[in-house]
Amino acid sequence: MKKRLLYLGLIAALLLGACGQPSQATPAASGLPADAAALAQERGLTQDDIYAALKTYMPSGQTDPFIMFSSGGQSGQVLVIGVPSMRILKVIGVFQRESWQGYGFGGSTDAVFKEGYMPDGSELAWGDTHHPNISETNGSYDGEFLFINDKANARLAVIDLRDFETKQIVKNPNTISDHGGAFVTPNTEYVVEGPQYGVPLGFEYAPTDQYQQQYRGLITFWKFDRLKGRVDPSQSFQIELPPYWQDLCDAGKGVSDGWFFCNSFNTELATGGVESGQPPFEAGTTKNDTDYLHIFNWKKAEEVFKAGKAETLNGMAVIKLQTAIDEGILFFSPEPKSPHGADVTPKGEFVIVGGKLDPHVTIYSFQKMQAAIAAGGLETDVYGVPVLPLDKVKEAQVELGLGPLHTVFDDKGYAYTSLFLDSAVARWTLGGDYASQHPEEPWTLVQKLPVQYNIGHITAVEGDTATPAGGFVVALNKWSIDRFANVGPLMPQNFQLVDISKGGDQMKVLYDMPIGMAEPHYAQIMKADRLKSIQVYPEIGWNPDTWSVDPTAITSEDEARVERNGTNVEIWMSVIRSHYKPEHIEINQGDHVVWHLTSLERTPDATHGFALSGYNINLSLEPGETQTIEFDAKQAGTFTYYCTEFCSALHLEMMGYFLVKP
Amino acid sequence: MKILNLDPDVKVLLPDGSTRQLQDYLIPSALLMVAALMLMVSMFVPYWSMTMTAPQYPKGLKVDVYVTHLAGDVREIDELNHYLGMPLLDEGGRFERSISTVAIVTLGLLLIAGVFVHNQWAALLAVPALAYPLVFLADLAYILYQYGHSIDPESALGGAIKPFMPPVWGEGKVGQFGTIANWEVGLYLAFAAVLVVLLALWFHRAAYKPIVDARKKVGSGK
Repeated sequence: MKKRLLYLGLIAALLLGACGQPSQATPAASGLPADAAALAQERGLTQDDIYAALKTYMPSGQTDPFIMFSSGGQSGQVLVIGVPSMRILKVIGVFQRESWQGYGFGGSTDAVFKEGYMPDGSELAWGDTHHPNISETNGSYDGEFLFINDKANARLAVIDLRDFETKQIVKNPNTISDHGGAFVTPNTEYVVEGPQYGVPLGFEYAPTDQYQQQYRGLITFWKFDRLKGRVDPSQSFQIELPPYWQDLCDAGKGVSDGWFFCNSFNTELATGGVESGQPPFEAGTTKNDTDYLHIFNWKKAEEVFKAGKAETLNGMAVIKLQTAIDEGILFFSPEPKSPHGADVTPKGEFVIVGGKLDPHVTIYSFQKMQAAIAAGGLETDVYGVPVLPLDKVKEAQVELGLGPLHTVFDDKGYAYTSLFLDSAVARWTLGGDYASQHPEEPWTLVQKLPVQYNIGHITAVEGDTATPAGGFVVALNKWSIDRFANVGPLMPQNFQLVDISKGGDQMKVLYDMPIGMAEPHYAQIMKADRLKSIQVYPEIGWNPDTWSVDPTAITSEDEARVERNGTNVEIWMSVIRSHYKPEHIEINQGDHVVWHLTSLERTPDATHGFALSGYNINLSLEPGETQTIEFDAKQAGTFTYYCTEFCSALHLEMMGYFLVKP
Repeated sequence: MKILNLDPDVKVLLPDGSTRQLQDYLIPSALLMVAALMLMVSMFVPYWSMTMTAPQYPKGLKVDVYVTHLAGDVREIDELNHYLGMPLLDEGGRFERSISTVAIVTLGLLLIAGVFVHNQWAALLAVPALAYPLVFLADLAYILYQYGHSIDPESALGGAIKPFMPPVWGEGKVGQFGTIANWEVGLYLAFAAVLVVLLALWFHRAAYKPIVDARKKVGSGK
């Protein structure tokens, strides 16, 4: 015991020493236990390394205090990662079938997956997830639901954080790509899906020379029904916008509750066509010195929608652009240059826009916006949208460096902006009410921390909420180049954990985490104690889709049976360690099979799989879960079904024969 | 004994003309009723428990045995036991659980009847309550013996395990499971009730024997 205290004391002394001086000295003399010191010496670890190790190491059996939800990029998934250990806890299938969870391989999730198909029923088997958003109450995460968009096809998904499963996918019927989603309003009244590339409404055909007249942007306010855990398209509305390629958004909160902000980057109305001598998009869209920050009064839009002033297009209510202008729903303000991001400060009084091709972040004052709107006499853009002059609404501009993109916040009055071109994280100070929280001058750059490499999004613990918690930032780097063993030309992304617990210029990179399955975009980090997840389903026979006991479920092995009605065969199967009942199913080729499976388990982690070989079926039956699969037995022969989740010592024996007579 | 602060002027007049304090008669009655109450309360708390520990059950598995029902991880223990071919936990002691409420209420009523029986026969009424915890333990041992000796040889591991006597108290081991059998508060209440009854009978005798003797004295004096 005494020895242990001594070690702790020595480690503490070492940490204090490490804070005081950015020493790179080897730790041999630092007082680590002899074997640890020898190890550090052998591996060439510096004192900073040892600090980073102690800061991130999660001893076996301890759980992370924070949980990060990251988009899975082209995998169409969501990654769940523990922070600060940076261990992957789960991968949630969303816009792509995921066989571990049995997601899209039979069972109720097939319907969820299919409801995300194109309006004509064409299959969409992948997605490009971008911006996860945790549901909020009073502007803080409540840990109940997670929303994420699919940029590739303009879709939105709802994940229930009770069981971490995708419950709903909605395809936006009026646009084909989105980027500014998912962003929730402070009490999750709406989940907002901003568009990206302009297309005619309903993505109808129109030649690009009709761009200004026919092409449009479109922002969607999906109404979220928290009780049902689903978005309700019938209570949702869209606002028609000029085709300016709206980009990233954020909801107002606190003083700016009821408002919504998005940046845009093609006010040039560029239509590309490099092959016919036109400037390519990359040049055409960057010509102007400024684009437009979009400022929405969504509470007003909601009133207008409820007053029946929206038109219906493909089943969705659309507030036409002219209506939005007439009703005072939409305003613009210039933003330099080819901007990115629109991030609202914790109390809602400022909106921060990254310059991307301008070395500044521009800080807009919500109060000044309101004053400019009230003053009136505004000029308009070519579509007639009133434009608030930048000098009337600007609170400050802070020069950070090259390629400022996204901004998040901490609890000490600092803002953190990703600098793509500089490949760095900028820490800078907020002014206004936040000025008293830090020792530095307001609106000044404090530190630029190099990250490896090409940072896109940045996220901090609850750093985009009304209650940022500080402690850690994660840099979501696009390139890793030399950070990991080479695994071929398609290289992992690099999530870098950054320590922001100390003020001033003391940010430090702590840890590199390779992401080798796609390129994530945004991520959010939540305090783990906000989770309300379950370990086993509440009752036997639980249908995770309806969140209730399924009427087709059985509750004991005695009810397991097979019933035939003509060529329809209905099976009620019990699933428990280590057997299915029945273990023999004998049917005729061509029979229509409806197969109900119920796990009778009540013990955490006692999950069973159900794979039917040759029929492309695999289910995950978690304790208490019921699933129904339905198919035509087209192939005759002897097939096996077996448990795909190692459940017990006799797991291999958990199988059965599915005999299909020719 | 000055337990109750009663008016010393209120006295009990014995047939031989001698007097005694009122509290001498209240104490045995109160104690008998307390013992009855303890038995009633014991129905609502577990009597015995079995805790099973194994590496993959970090919180352990526990079944609490009440006189009326089983509670805890019964389902999971049955689930595991089916590999060994052991009967369902619920099958042991079914008859006893079905009569337990009536039986214990009867024990209590017999004790309370002792309040109204003012001679040595009161002790007879208390005999069932005195014997009760020992009967419980003997029956538990019998059930456990049956349980460990009813292994289905057709089960997955039924051939691999020899019949055994699970401990009534203390530690044991089955496969990777360590077992700990514990006596729980209900059983201790029943034992405590025995002590209270014995104390009650002592005071009962002290109170009523003089009356019986006085009656005899007066009767023979006639």
